[in-house]
Amino acid sequence: MAEQVAISPYAGSNGNRMRRAVANHMATALAIISTLLVVAPLVAIFVYLIYKGASSLNFAFFTQIPKPVGEVGGGMANAIYGSAILLGIGSLVGVPVGIASGIFLAEFGRGGRFANLVRFTADVLNGVPSIVMGISVYSLIVLPQKHFSALSGGVALGIMMIPTITRTTEEMLLMVPNSVREAALGLGVPNWRSVLSITLKTASPGVITGCMLAFARVAGETAPLLFTAFGNNFWSSNLTQPIAALPLQIYVYAISPYDDWHRLAWAGSLVLIVLIVVAVALVRFVTSRGILKGAN
Amino acid sequence: MGVGIEVTELDAWYGTHQTLFKINLNVPANQATALIGPSGCGKSTFVRCLNRMHETAAAGRVAGTVRIGNLDIYRDAAPVEIRRRVGMVFQRPNPFPTMSIYDNVASGLKLNGFRNRRMLDEIVEKSLRHAALWDEVKDDLRKKSGASLSGGQQQRLCIARALAVDPEVLLMDEPASALDPVSTAKIEDLIFELKSQYTIVIVTHNMQQAARVAERTGFFLSGKLVEIDATHKIFTNPGDKRTEDYITGRFG
Amino acid sequence: MDSKTQQSRIPSFSESLSQTAVQAPDSATAPENRDPVVASPIREFLAGRGSSAFADRWFRGLMVACALSIFAIVGLIATELVLRSELSLKKFGVGFFFHSGWDPVAGNYGAWPFIYGTLVSSLVALVIAVPLAVGLAIFLTEMCPRWLRSPLAFLTELLAAIPSVVYGLWAVFVLVPLLREHVNPVLAKALGWTTLFSGPNYGIGMLAAGVILAIMILPIISSLTREVMSAVPHMQREAVLALGATRWEMIRMGVLRNARIGIVGSIILGLGRALGETMAVTMVIGNRPEIAKSLFAPGYSMASVIANEFSEASDDLYLSALIEIGLALFLVTIVVNALARVLVWAVTRGAPARAV
Repeated sequence: MAEQVAISPYAGSNGNRMRRAVANHMATALAIISTLLVVAPLVAIFVYLIYKGASSLNFAFFTQIPKPVGEVGGGMANAIYGSAILLGIGSLVGVPVGIASGIFLAEFGRGGRFANLVRFTADVLNGVPSIVMGISVYSLIVLPQKHFSALSGGVALGIMMIPTITRTTEEMLLMVPNSVREAALGLGVPNWRSVLSITLKTASPGVITGCMLAFARVAGETAPLLFTAFGNNFWSSNLTQPIAALPLQIYVYAISPYDDWHRLAWAGSLVLIVLIVVAVALVRFVTSRGILKGAN
Repeated sequence: MGVGIEVTELDAWYGTHQTLFKINLNVPANQATALIGPSGCGKSTFVRCLNRMHETAAAGRVAGTVRIGNLDIYRDAAPVEIRRRVGMVFQRPNPFPTMSIYDNVASGLKLNGFRNRRMLDEIVEKSLRHAALWDEVKDDLRKKSGASLSGGQQQRLCIARALAVDPEVLLMDEPASALDPVSTAKIEDLIFELKSQYTIVIVTHNMQQAARVAERTGFFLSGKLVEIDATHKIFTNPGDKRTEDYITGRFG
Repeated sequence: MDSKTQQSRIPSFSESLSQTAVQAPDSATAPENRDPVVASPIREFLAGRGSSAFADRWFRGLMVACALSIFAIVGLIATELVLRSELSLKKFGVGFFFHSGWDPVAGNYGAWPFIYGTLVSSLVALVIAVPLAVGLAIFLTEMCPRWLRSPLAFLTELLAAIPSVVYGLWAVFVLVPLLREHVNPVLAKALGWTTLFSGPNYGIGMLAAGVILAIMILPIISSLTREVMSAVPHMQREAVLALGATRWEMIRMGVLRNARIGIVGSIILGLGRALGETMAVTMVIGNRPEIAKSLFAPGYSMASVIANEFSEASDDLYLSALIEIGLALFLVTIVVNALARVLVWAVTRGAPARAV
C-alpha cells in the first residue's frame, strides 16, 4: 500500500486524494465541454449557411443585377463584379507595399530599432477598427473628390491588407536560410537582384500564402466600404463612381424586411464563405507542406 | 588562369571583437594553399576577407590591404565586382532550393544579366564537367532541383556554380566538412584537378586533407598567422613550436 | 563559336571559351587598370557589369519608402480624424464622452450611451469567450489526441475567417430567435432578480450583441493563448509532473501560471477586436442610444452609430461628432493593442514567431 501511494499522483490522505482526482477530471471535462461549445456554433453557422445558401443559389444569382423592391428574383452579378474590382484595386495597393515593407523588415532593418517601430506600427494599423478605416478614407479621398467611388473603397481594402502581408512576408523571408543569401552574394550578384530573384523567390509560396490570407480577410469586409464604395444597384465599372460589393449587398439585404432579399443575402454569404474557406484551406495546405521544401 | 593574392597587415573585427591581427601572407597563382588551425582561430574569417564577404555581416569590419592580381580589392572595386572574380564554396552545400540544376549553375551569369542562351548551355556543361558532376546529372539538368541531389553532389554543384562565372580565385571554406568520406575524396580529387587553372585557398580542419591537396599550408592560431610554408615543410619540420604542437595533436 | 567543332576533351576552362567565343576587344579600348588576366568572354562580360551600387541604393530606398508609408498611413488616419472632429472637440470638450444626450435635430451630442454600449457588449463577450477560449486552448495543447488537433485548429481558424456581415446575418436569423424563444426566458426566470436579465425580451439587444461578439473573438483569444501556452518550456511541465502532480495540477501550476501574462495579453487583444467590431453588432444590438440596466434591452455601440448615421449626417457638427467617436475608438484600440502586444511578447519572446 505504501508503495502504491508513493508512485500515485494522488499521494496524501484519502480525502485529499479524492479531491485532487475530482479536480483533475472536472478540468478535463470542462476543457472538452468548452471545445464542444466552440465547435457547436461554427458547425451551426456552416450547416445553416449551406442549407440556406444552397437552396437560394441559382444561375440568376451570378448573372442578374438586383431587382427593384417587391419583384422576386434578381441576383448579385454586379456586386460580385464590383467586389472583384475593389479587391483588384486593394491588391494593387496592398500587395506591393506589404511585400516591400516585409522585405525591408527581413533584409535591411533586421533587429534595428527602426524595424521594431515599423513592426509595431503595422500592428497598430492591423488593429484599427475597419469602421474607422472607412471614415478615414472617406475624409481622405471621398470628401476631396466629392463623391463615393470604387477607387476609395479599393484603397481602404488595400490599406487593410498591408499589415498582414508585411508580417507574413517578413516571417517567410526570415525562414530562408542565410546560406542561400550568402551563395548569391558570393557569386557577385547585386543585392537587389539577390533579394528579388533568390530570397523572395525561395520564400514565394509563403509570401503568396500571406497575400491570399490578406485577400480573404478583406474580401468579406463591409464596414470600410459603407462610406467609400457605397454600393450600387446597377452595373458599374467606373472607378470614380460608387460601386456594388458583395458584403455591402449582403448587409443591405440582411437588414431589409423582404424574404426574397434575405434569400439573396444567404446565397451571397455562401459564395463569400466558399471563397474564403478555399483560400484558408489552401493557405493551410501550403504552410503544412513546409514553406521551403527542399531548403536546407 | 588564376592570379596571386597578396595580403598585408590585415585586421578584422566583429563589432568590437578583433578576430584577425596583422595578417601578412602571399598566395601564389595556380596553386592550392591550405589554411589550418583550431576552430575559432580566424581562418574562415580570413578567407571571407578575400572576397569581401566578411563585411556582409552587420558588425564585420576590415582594415589592411588585400591585392588580388594587381587590384586592391578594398580600394579599387566594389564588393560585387570582387565576388565575381573570386568564387567561394561554403562549408555547407547551399544550392538555390527553388532552381533546377541547370539554373543553379547558370545563376551567377543569369542573375548578372547574361542572356546568351547558347553560350550558357556551353558554360553549364563545362562547369559541370569540371566539377565532375556532369555524368551524374546530364539527363535531368532542368527537371531536377538542385536541392534534390545528395550532399556530395550538392557541394560539387556549388563548385560548378562558382566555376561558371570563370573566377580567377576559388575560396573554399571547409568544403568537405559536411560530407561523407566518399564525397570528400571526390572533392579532394576535384581540387587537385582545378588548381592548375585557378588559385585555390582552402580552409580545412582536416590536416590530412591539407597535406593531400595543397602546395602550401598556413597555420592560424587565435587570429594570427603563425607560419606559412610549403606543405611538406609544415608537416615534417615546422618552424614554430605551436605549429608542431598542433599537427602532432599536443594542442588543446 | 560553333559548338560542334569543339573538341570533346576540355583542355582549360577559360582558354577553350576564349577560343570559341567572339574576339575580346583589344586592350586599347579596355580601361587602364584592367587586369591583364581578364581574357575569357565571361570575365569580359562580368567586368562590364559595374558595381550596381546605384541600383542597390535605389532598391533599398524603395523598400524603406514602403516601410515608411505604413507610418504615413497611420499618421494620415490620425490627422484626418483629429482635423475632421475639431468642431465637436471644440464645442463639447471632454464632456462629450460623459454626456448622454444624442439629439441631432437639436444639435445636442453626447457619446456616453455608445461608450456604455460598446463596453457592456464587449464585457459580455469576454465573460462568455474567455473561459471557452482558454478551455479550448488547454484542450488543444495539453489533452487533444494528435489526429484531432489539426482539424480542430483548422475549424477555429475558419471561425476567425468568417466575415462580420455573415455572422450578423446568422445572428439576425438564427441567434436572435434562439435567444428570444429559448434562452432569454430561462435566464429571466433564473436570474431575473439581478435586473441584468429582465424587462421586455426582444431578442435583439446587448446580450445578443455580446454573444455574437464572443463567437467572433473566441478564435483570436484561443489561438494566441495556445501560442503562449506552447511557449512555456517543457521543463516547467516536467518539473511539476515530477513532483507527483495530476494533469490538471500540471496545467494549472506548470503552464497557466507561467503563461498568465500572455493569456491576459491575448484576452486584451480579443477585447480590442470586440471594441471595434461593427457589422455584426450593428445588426443585432438594437441601435437605440439608451442606457438600460438589463442586457435584454437594446443599446448602441460606438462603431454601430458611425455605421448607421455617418451617411445621413447632414450638418458639419453631426459629422464631426461621429468622427470624434471614431477618433476615440481609434485611440482606444491603439492603446489596447499595444498593451496586449507587450504582454504577449513578454511570454513568447525567445520562442519562434508564428503567424496568428
